[in-house]
Amino acid sequence: MIVKRNELTWFERLYLPAIIGGLKVTTRHFLNTLTTRTPVTQQYPEEPTKVLPGYRGAPYLVRDQDGATKCVSCQLCEFVCPPKAIRITPPGPNGKPADRTNAEKMPEEFEINMLRCIFCGLCQEVCPEEAIFLKSDFSLTGLARGEMIYNKEKLLALGGTHPGIQKWKHKLDEAKEQEIFPVKV
Amino acid sequence: MAWLDSLNPQTQFVFFTLLKIICVLVPLLTLVAYAVLVERKVSALIQDRVGPNRVNLPLIGSIPVLGPFLTRLGIWHPFVDGVKSFIKEDFTPAHVRKIYFWLAPAISLVPAFLIVAVIPFGSTIGAQKMVIADLNVGILYTFGIVSLGVYGIVLAGYAANSKYPFLGGIRATAQMISYEIAMGLSVIPVFLVVGDLNLGRIISYQAQHGWNVFPVLGGGFSAQTLLLAPCGVLSFLIFFIAAFAETNRLPFDMAESESELVSGYHTEYSSMKFGMFFIGEYANMFAGSAMMTTLFLGGWTLPFLGLDQPADSVWMGLLHIGIFMGKMLTFMFIFIWVRWMIPRFRYDQLMDLGWRRLIPLALANIILTAGVVALTNR
Repeated sequence: MIVKRNELTWFERLYLPAIIGGLKVTTRHFLNTLTTRTPVTQQYPEEPTKVLPGYRGAPYLVRDQDGATKCVSCQLCEFVCPPKAIRITPPGPNGKPADRTNAEKMPEEFEINMLRCIFCGLCQEVCPEEAIFLKSDFSLTGLARGEMIYNKEKLLALGGTHPGIQKWKHKLDEAKEQEIFPVKV
Repeated sequence: MAWLDSLNPQTQFVFFTLLKIICVLVPLLTLVAYAVLVERKVSALIQDRVGPNRVNLPLIGSIPVLGPFLTRLGIWHPFVDGVKSFIKEDFTPAHVRKIYFWLAPAISLVPAFLIVAVIPFGSTIGAQKMVIADLNVGILYTFGIVSLGVYGIVLAGYAANSKYPFLGGIRATAQMISYEIAMGLSVIPVFLVVGDLNLGRIISYQAQHGWNVFPVLGGGFSAQTLLLAPCGVLSFLIFFIAAFAETNRLPFDMAESESELVSGYHTEYSSMKFGMFFIGEYANMFAGSAMMTTLFLGGWTLPFLGLDQPADSVWMGLLHIGIFMGKMLTFMFIFIWVRWMIPRFRYDQLMDLGWRRLIPLALANIILTAGVVALTNR
């Protein structure tokens, strides 16, 4: 497409129409903001921010409806984590057994370095047990670097519960979805 | 004040000059700090934002209505900003040319303050003229010092030894040198009319024969004032535009141009060295505003209520200073407003405007004014 550029008239070349236009716009905004006091900005710490569903905040571990650890220490999230923010210590052959049925083991320690985490959500996507979720927290602070490495206890406390352990039901649904052809959109 | 009278005249002169220097510099620095606050608040209002409203002082902040109001106004921000720039890390990059790097902020700051020395900021208080140095060649001195202002920026650009500051420095040089010509030429009509270079006498001439920008104001209707009015407006406009270019303000902030050159000549500077450039820029704006007030708007005079005569009491003297400040601050407000109003000129447009429009126009204006003065000479 060729944009036609009109020759400026002599009046326009005096910069006057542009200046007058600018003066009008700025005066209007100035007076509006001054009198009606409706700035477009949000006063963040005083006005809490609304976090919409689907927001990718900090990843936390969740418990099931019985208060048991969902994570089975499969370490898939540790492998997939692009910035290598997750570190899992598995229980080993003689470690503590899992605190729920239908699980062989649970992690002895589960650490997420929130300084490295990029909130990508791959851990949530890869988790076969629905044990880790990206929650709505976005302003994590600490006075030292060590404070920003969240351990299992802290992550479980922050994550809360994820009721309805529908892991196999969800997996079954997903498998059934795959069978349906053409794929339901 | 017996001890003052007992001093010999030289000591008295030195004493009063030092006193005046302090009385000018301290308010000037305060005004610079608050000009930054006004800049931030005005820009916020124009852009539908709130602006600085955070800093709260412990004691004053707890006064019921006033404290929160002052906080919302951002009154305390300049103090905190000042403290901040002093305690920040003063980082010197490894690749800079050290001596020039340290010299540049001072060189850009000093000329701005030196200009203020010749500005008559009031009539008289007691026997003292309200001007630090009553030079007979005041305006020549001003232009000499203004030309020095560019060295700070050029040196900063050269010292930083990296591309963006360097480009900023080069642009600033070209821009300031070319607009200085337009600025100098635009003042010549004032000299033609007044016939004097002393800023104090330029003001007293304006009190009698009308403001230079529009001689009908204060000069009454006569053939000369009517004929000189368009010349005055023209030379004022040229001076006004050139003042924007000289102080590196938008629409002519080629030296800084954040969106193109990171932040131009002071990219590599931090802490108080950056602060000095910042103060220098605003002090330059104040100097420019004061020059415009003095040369074109009659300085501390107003053409009614007998305010155009030198003060006979201390209160009148203070009132004159107030009038001068009022005019100067109006110009400052215009400076600030224009920054958020007009986008930056392209470099070639800037040069085109300077060399092909303003300079010929200023030359024509000199001839025109000379003709008018010759025709209507008293």
